[in-house]
Amino acid sequence: MKSLSSRQSPVGDSASLHVSVQESDFDTAQLQRALLSGDSAEGAVATFTGYVRKRNLDLAVETLTLEHYPGMTESSILDTLSKACERWPVLAGSVVHRVGRLSCGDQIVWVGISAAHRGDAFAACEFVMDYLKTRAPFWKKEEGPNGSRWLDAREEDTLKASAWE
Amino acid sequence: MVKVVFFARIREQLGCAELDAEVSSLATLLATLKQRGELWSRVLSEPNLICAVNQVVFDGDDRQLQEGDEVAFFPPVTGG
Repeated sequence: MKSLSSRQSPVGDSASLHVSVQESDFDTAQLQRALLSGDSAEGAVATFTGYVRKRNLDLAVETLTLEHYPGMTESSILDTLSKACERWPVLAGSVVHRVGRLSCGDQIVWVGISAAHRGDAFAACEFVMDYLKTRAPFWKKEEGPNGSRWLDAREEDTLKASAWE
Repeated sequence: MVKVVFFARIREQLGCAELDAEVSSLATLLATLKQRGELWSRVLSEPNLICAVNQVVFDGDDRQLQEGDEVAFFPPVTGG
């Protein structure tokens, strides 16, 4: 899988963390298998996959172009995963986020969290998505029949992220 | 020399992705950039403009900048 950049957590961390920002599509089954420790420590894996919607804010979407800040984006996501590990007993966490030009129905982002129990996996997965949406430097530009526009940050995303604080 | 980078809508509005500046503080950098014209002054005065220094978001009013520092300006993020 071609990866623009990939970060692994430093050796010594208790949880295994992985971040990849890439142009290429990803295989969620393969990513989920890679999350497993191999020693059956996990009792739960919660995952989230985000897709390009065909309509957004009442306008038709044909393509979505994602821009990022190389370096800062990866470190910001890794920081979010580390924060999740401080709050929940996470065994492993992985985030894959695509950049470049995507079409309707394409996968954009994948988050996978493994833990001993489902409650921790669900909560950490949602936390990582909420933080990613408001902290990680990505920007979306939509193109449709009516032209192109940069998306504005949404108040409800900010509220959802701040609810964790 | 400080490296200045712009992203997304801000980059498009300014028509500039990157430039170098000889400044020793963030406030001086902003003042220098705003002197480039009305467009620069308006775009860099947006209340929701985000600034990052060496790839960490900076919320304060001013700070010293060192040789080789990287300053970024970008709009609120919309990933995920």
